[in-house]
Amino acid sequence: MRIPGSMLFSSRYRLLQKRLHPITKEWGLTFYVLRHSMLAVVGGLIALAFLLIALFGSMLAPYDPISANIQDRFQPPSASHPLGTDTMGRDVMSRMLAGAQHSIKAGLIVLAIAVPLGVLLGGIAGLFGGWIDEVIMRVTDMFLAFPSLVLAMAFSAALGPSLFNAMIALSVVWWPMYARLVRGQALAVRETSYVEAARSRGASNWHIMFKHILPNCLSPILVTLTLDMGWVITAAASLSFLGFGAQPPIPEWGRMVSDGRIYMLRAWWMSVFPGLGIVLVVLGFNLLGDGIRDSLDPKLRRLTEVTWKREKTSSSSTD
Amino acid sequence: MEARENLLVVDRLKTQFFTYGGVVEALDEVSFEIERGEIFGLVGESGCGKSVTATSILGLVAKPGKIVSGRVLLDGENLVGKSEQEMNRVRGSRIAMIFQDPTSSLNPLFRIGYQVAEPYIYHQRRAKRQALKDATGILAKTGLPDAVEKSRNYPHELSGGMRQRAMIAMSLTCEPDLLIADEPTTNLDVTIGRQILDLVKDLQREFGASVLWITHDMAVVAQMCDRVGVMYAGTIVEKTDVRTLFRNAKHPYTERLLRAIPSAVKSADKLEEIPGSVPQLIHPPTGCRFHPRCDHVMEICSRVKPLEQEVEPGHTVACHLFGREREGT
Repeated sequence: MRIPGSMLFSSRYRLLQKRLHPITKEWGLTFYVLRHSMLAVVGGLIALAFLLIALFGSMLAPYDPISANIQDRFQPPSASHPLGTDTMGRDVMSRMLAGAQHSIKAGLIVLAIAVPLGVLLGGIAGLFGGWIDEVIMRVTDMFLAFPSLVLAMAFSAALGPSLFNAMIALSVVWWPMYARLVRGQALAVRETSYVEAARSRGASNWHIMFKHILPNCLSPILVTLTLDMGWVITAAASLSFLGFGAQPPIPEWGRMVSDGRIYMLRAWWMSVFPGLGIVLVVLGFNLLGDGIRDSLDPKLRRLTEVTWKREKTSSSSTD
Repeated sequence: MEARENLLVVDRLKTQFFTYGGVVEALDEVSFEIERGEIFGLVGESGCGKSVTATSILGLVAKPGKIVSGRVLLDGENLVGKSEQEMNRVRGSRIAMIFQDPTSSLNPLFRIGYQVAEPYIYHQRRAKRQALKDATGILAKTGLPDAVEKSRNYPHELSGGMRQRAMIAMSLTCEPDLLIADEPTTNLDVTIGRQILDLVKDLQREFGASVLWITHDMAVVAQMCDRVGVMYAGTIVEKTDVRTLFRNAKHPYTERLLRAIPSAVKSADKLEEIPGSVPQLIHPPTGCRFHPRCDHVMEICSRVKPLEQEVEPGHTVACHLFGREREGT
């Protein structure tokens, strides 16, 4: 008599391993593809570094990012102030370290609002079609016809300048892209015979939306999401640069570029370093997004799977 | 014969597709009835309206299409004109469908077991764990080897035959009264196709369901069906039991169709075919839709649509060659 509870740990472990094997294999392959694209690795490292700075930056900052220290103003980069100081004598590096969290917060919150909204509306439009589709897509077209940054400026001006309002404004202009993306995918999935089969089994529209259409949209959404992260951060920084977003003394990167631009000739480091920071982060997320797209491309995946297996067998035979 | 009651009555069903090119008259007053526990075959060439009949019964005619008139009675209850929600309760639980292509009819993202269990979850509101267990049970019933293991697989990990078994399991989950099989063996090789035929027949006996079997393969009809309706260009031209169909077919179209079957014993130099091609249903021929291709065409054929005449009990033919006495009326 053997009941499952009395199973040996090792045999249970082996069972678990067997069950998980297809999953771990796919993940392994994903990482393999990612690893073998130099740029994706670089992008991933930049994004990771940025996330870590956002989390722990304010602890790492050697100086107080907010309080003024007038006698140290306009210090060029030196050993004690690696990135120089600004008009109030605040250390630029400390401010950048402490400010990273505002950028990442803007990116995450904007996407957390815009993506579900866009995905849901796009899914509804694609699935139901007819006048519902027409209404949603015409509204989407209206939003897309406007330059998104100008529209976001209008919204945040109406709401009043603050970082929070800038995020709201960006969310409002950001969802239409996702609505379009998901609608296109939904139109394709709607016509597949497994949706027809599901209907013949009496599946409701909501069921078809959440079980068939949205899971099939996941990979394009994931890729766009990663690529977009960088753009949302730039957009938030742009709004702050224009004075609609973060207000002083919050050390937001876009704001710092803006504050430093009148002293460009006297103290170039005030604008250049935060600007470089923004460029680097956007670059990092874009490279990572490209890498993820490649790793999700089934053709490329199968191609690299062959070399992956060959590599694995050759390394195990040398053992 | 009156003792057996009709499960499904399709009464003068007319489905049309309103396309930019014009109105496609896909079904023109199609009528037939399926008795309880019977396998009713629907044969005809491609594009004659067999699949549209199936989707019309389920109320799933695709967008530009509409059921214009007629009734579909399931146990005396008219399904035409029911709301989408009411139909969703009928679909899957009382009428289920097996599709032509099992590969594309399964969602590639979900495990087989879960997909089979789905109808349990939304028709009978069973708990997920219980539904999955029941799904494995029904998968085993369809003869899927190692059902427990296979139910954890994704569709691409199974062979075509296994996928079709899974599709059949899915359609049987809620023990429907009527099973619509839309050419379920066309995409399978002959051996597997044969197994699937036997399986459906066995399960049909076990569950006591009626089957509407749609096919273009006369051999399958001979093997599977109790009664047969022969469709041509959106109309049913002849309706009879299988024996009579092969021994004593009346309608010129059925005759020619049967002559077009290659024989294993007789060796003909050339396979006989029906001259001409299936008419476009945007502008169907007037009168009898078969008259441009018919050997016995008469003057009346292009003018008057022939009505279904009972030539002998349980055998109806829609042709002017029969029931001439009605000509005057």
